[in-house]
Amino acid sequence: MSSNLHNVHAEKQGFLRRYLFSTDHKVIAKQYLTLSLFWALMGGATAYLVRWQIAHPDTEAFGWGYIAPNVYNALVTMHGTIMVFFVAMPLLLAVFGNYLIPLMIGAQDMAFPRLNMMSFWIFFAASVVLVTSFLVPGGPSAAGWTGYPPLSAKIEYTGVGYGTDLWLFSLALEFASFLLGGVNFLTTTINMRVRGMTMWRLPLIIWMQLTAAVIFMLSVGPIIAGAILLLLDRNLGTTFYAPDGGGDPLLWQHLFWFFGHPEVYVILLPGMGIVLEVVTVFARKPVFGYRLIVYTTIFAGFLSFLVWAHHQYVSGMDPRLAMPFSITTIIISVPFALVIFSIIATLWGGSISFKTPMLFALGALGTFIFGGLTGIFNGSAALDIYVHDTYFVVAHFHYTLISNVFFGAFAGIYFWFPKMFGRMMNEALGKIHFWLTFIFFNAIFGPMHLVGLGGMMRRIANPTQYDFLKPIEPLNVFITLAAILLILSQITFVINFFWSLIAGKVAPANPWEANTLEWSTTSPPPHENFAVSPTVYRGPYEYSSPEAAADWLPQDRELIQSSKAVLG
Amino acid sequence: MASWLPENVSTFGGDVDAVFWLIFYITAVWFFITEGLILYFVFRYRRKAGRKAAYVTGDTWNQLAWVLAPLAVVVLLDVIIDINGGEVWAKIKRQIPETDIVVRAAGKQFNWEFTYPGPDGKFGTADDLQLDNDLHVPVGKPVRVILTSKDVIHSFFLPNFRLKQDAMPGREIPVWFQATKTGEFEIPCAELCGFGHSGMKGVVYVHTPEEYQNWIKEKWAAGATGSAG
Repeated sequence: MSSNLHNVHAEKQGFLRRYLFSTDHKVIAKQYLTLSLFWALMGGATAYLVRWQIAHPDTEAFGWGYIAPNVYNALVTMHGTIMVFFVAMPLLLAVFGNYLIPLMIGAQDMAFPRLNMMSFWIFFAASVVLVTSFLVPGGPSAAGWTGYPPLSAKIEYTGVGYGTDLWLFSLALEFASFLLGGVNFLTTTINMRVRGMTMWRLPLIIWMQLTAAVIFMLSVGPIIAGAILLLLDRNLGTTFYAPDGGGDPLLWQHLFWFFGHPEVYVILLPGMGIVLEVVTVFARKPVFGYRLIVYTTIFAGFLSFLVWAHHQYVSGMDPRLAMPFSITTIIISVPFALVIFSIIATLWGGSISFKTPMLFALGALGTFIFGGLTGIFNGSAALDIYVHDTYFVVAHFHYTLISNVFFGAFAGIYFWFPKMFGRMMNEALGKIHFWLTFIFFNAIFGPMHLVGLGGMMRRIANPTQYDFLKPIEPLNVFITLAAILLILSQITFVINFFWSLIAGKVAPANPWEANTLEWSTTSPPPHENFAVSPTVYRGPYEYSSPEAAADWLPQDRELIQSSKAVLG
Repeated sequence: MASWLPENVSTFGGDVDAVFWLIFYITAVWFFITEGLILYFVFRYRRKAGRKAAYVTGDTWNQLAWVLAPLAVVVLLDVIIDINGGEVWAKIKRQIPETDIVVRAAGKQFNWEFTYPGPDGKFGTADDLQLDNDLHVPVGKPVRVILTSKDVIHSFFLPNFRLKQDAMPGREIPVWFQATKTGEFEIPCAELCGFGHSGMKGVVYVHTPEEYQNWIKEKWAAGATGSAG
């Protein structure tokens, strides 16, 4: 591979090496950003079509046409797959992890820059395979993003042929990509910290990224095994999931959710990390209980391996298993409650300014609380008998995941955009973007809880086929309208992003007066990040410290005794 | 909010709803406390010229008590929710009462096939009766339904009875319910089962005991006497 690359360089100097096959973690982060924003558009488009069909069943969707039932199932499947694996993971882990880890620990790059490049290009290949699955006869997988066999195991059940194989193959590539990424994250953080950067001086987002990487690496094995078994069932006639051949469909669910639930925290933790970084800067206060949050994060990571079967209360597994999993599930609310309390305590006594990143961080906090609380409803095995597979669950996980992916990632993009691209984003447009997003997000997923309480099942294409759902339909029409407006609201972001890229105000090195190391180098940072390798003297959150006259004290600023006496 | 839940017509539906309301009130209180504090803090501690933020790191137990005390309450409430939910779960899913009304239900793309054992009370005999999508039961008596599937996973959902259970190929999973009210109620499939998932539904007809007897007589009028004799 390297010799090939070398030849390419010889012919087309510069451009390819700098922008396409770069080993610079900052460029790779931007590549992930570009690709995940493309996928976010696709995810949004599928959401629009799904919502159209629910609100106006069997009419021609504007800009698309009639949505047949099998197409509807494919759209639902792709929406989930795209948003979880091709938007949330690359955006929260790959973009921010890649960009921030070396900068925040004072390293020149990742420990394995070439591996880093490879993980992006494997992810790119995964993307190509998933796009290809739209084009094969029978269309893309239509068995839900959870791909439960037997539905996913035989062509005759869905009419989907290669689409499902490509779907599995694409996910396998995606997992491989993030495995390599995780190896890099861990190795880099453990080995490449600059002088003075102890583990207890790492910014919390790095701790969260590390925990997420470990959770991912430990949980991904079973799903890869499961996916291979499913591929064998589909293509070689084995019967791992087919009861008539001695297999069991429930096996897949255990393998899938043993990975699938930790995966939730893989996405959640980096988003929370962003919120923590942004809140402390704009509250001008240290994060409350830094060490406790680190311990809590690790505890939550551990606990995330013990909750998977709460997706399967009514699946037919032994009903005696429900209570233990109900208990672990409700207990996992404890570490997250602690992080929430810590963020609220960080706000107390602060000096809070409301720049766009802070608005999105507070939006993430406010919506995540709501999503966390509705999780208690689903976590209770008894109540789950009723709400399982209804829109109550859909509303719940959009509140938890979108609070992190949508609000968290936007907070991160607005916050680190000046560092990444050397220009400031427009505040006024950013605030308009926030308020439109916040209002329409809640207008969609708030009422959706009521739709779920009304009993509406997930993944049905036409609620008007049921008498008991008739009273709910006006609410579905309202939700669809809000969803269309939410998607349209994102235009403000697209305009802001590209306009700022070209014509935004030139960003200083440290526009937010923040403490962490990435702000002590230029915006954007040079190729190997720091002109002079920094030395770290303190933790990342010394805001409003009595040791300094200003309300911030960068990690790499040395306080000399005499000046300390003067500053008092 | 209560009006959004479909009318409850089963003996244990009220217990499920009670768990809902317990969690609802607990979480509603937490919602208003936490969101209220956030709103109050961001307003009260908004940036003002000349005022520096407090330097509080939260690394002493005295300070941490501010977050650990509410956390202890969270744990306590979690325990209360689990204890309550556990009893209801056991009642619905584990303590299936003995009854002489037993029906087999099989999901099959995209129908519910209900099989009655007939007057002899045995499945697999000549007087078995199979109906597509129609389940007839008497009010006020426990009914056992033995679920399975002939192809993919389906989910047997009775919204008005607060009952849901996946139907799995290769397994026979018993569920039960007891109706408190006569009428017709839908049985949608709640698990994605293919292109006909939407619209896959049956109907449970809850009869008075007399009506139910009449229905049985009607259905097994000739054959029943034959096999019984």
